[in-house]
Formats: sequence, C-alpha cells, structure tokens
Amino acid sequence: MLLGIVVNEGPYTHQASDTAYQFTKAALEKGHSIFRVFFYHDGVNNGTRLTVPPQDDRNLQKLWTELAEKYKLDLVVCVAAAQRRGILDADEAKRHGKDAANIAPGFRISGLGQLIEAGINAERLVTFGD
Amino acid sequence: MSTLHTVNKSPFERNALCTCFGHITAGDAVLMIEDGVIGARKGATTAAMVQAALQKGKVYALSSDLAARGIKPADVIDGIQLVDYGGFVDLVTQHGRTVSWL
Repeated sequence: MLLGIVVNEGPYTHQASDTAYQFTKAALEKGHSIFRVFFYHDGVNNGTRLTVPPQDDRNLQKLWTELAEKYKLDLVVCVAAAQRRGILDADEAKRHGKDAANIAPGFRISGLGQLIEAGINAERLVTFGD
Repeated sequence: MSTLHTVNKSPFERNALCTCFGHITAGDAVLMIEDGVIGARKGATTAAMVQAALQKGKVYALSSDLAARGIKPADVIDGIQLVDYGGFVDLVTQHGRTVSWL
C-alpha cells in the first residue's frame, strides 16, 4: 500500500519523530511504499545536518537520511517552516544572503503543495506530532 | 469507512482519549501510542472508561511504548491487544483512514 507520513515535531523535543521513523521503517520492511514524508512545523528540525547528539544517543537526522538512501524516500521539508527555523539549502541561503546551507542529505525543501499532493496520492496519510 | 484513531497523550494530561472514545463507531479501532499507553494501565481511575470503550470497538496499545514506561503486559486492561510497529502498520492499512488525536 502507498502511505504518506507527516512529521510535526523536531527530534529530541517530543517522541513523535522517533515514532514516525519507527513506523516508516516498519512499513517499508513490510513491503509497503512511502509516497513522501512531509516535515512540517518544528518537524523541519529533523532535516538539519548540523545536529551533533551524544555518541550513545540515536541520531534521528542520520537515521532519516539512511532510510531515505536505502529506500529512495522523498523527504520534504516545508519551506516557510524551514525559513523560520534556519533550515536552508544552497538556493535558499543564496536568496536570503546567508553564508551557509544546512539541509541534510536526502532531504529537500519545498512547499505545502507537496503535503496536499501526498494526501491525494497516498492511500493512507498518517500524522505524527504533539 | 472504518477509522483508526491514534492517541498519544496520557488521559491524565489531556482528554484526547475520552473524546476519541466518544467518536468511535462500528469497525473503528483505537491505538494508544507514546504517553497514550498510560491509559492502558489496569487499576487506573480511567480504566472503567477504557473498559466501556472496549464494548464499542477494538483498543490496541503499542508494546514498546508500554515497555518504555514500565507497564508490563500483565498490567494492561484485559481486552486491550498489544501490537509492535509492524502491527501499527497493519492497523493503518486495515482501516480506511487514520486520525491522530494530537
């Protein structure tokens, strides 16, 4: 079955991101497909490559990136939510005159239309948040 | 269309579980996840509400979230079924839609 995932919370602030990751991984291992994972609100904080959690803690950004690489997932970060929280790709950094980009590998920045499209195309849409 | 309801708040923190139970219809299921699994605890003051809901529909709890909170399977209200993440995925696919009570 084709599933869509929405993540509304950042890593380490709420369990939502952990649950969303475990759910997505379990769905893929069961042979389901993920149309898209959409990171909205504080969920965009999953997509910065600059987090450095302690070595004995899980690195959620890295886990998402590795899952995306393995299964060719489409990880989309909401542009407006990302700009507010300082999550930028090279184009956005240039456009806003910032000196760095920090979007993590496997993630891309796009608009809310991507969430609407996921809602239309996925057979089930599951939201994780606080 | 049947609905899977997920509740991730303790019934002592928010009234999401209680409100959710008020909305379930035939064929629906409720899955307790994260702090929502506190609602699965046998002997809690909220247990009667959960037992009443079990007469209307199926109630599940995510086993890893129960274990994380020290709630053993024997401590769970009779009738609540335990699922792992794979079981969570199955519940999503078996129901027409998923409503997350955030």
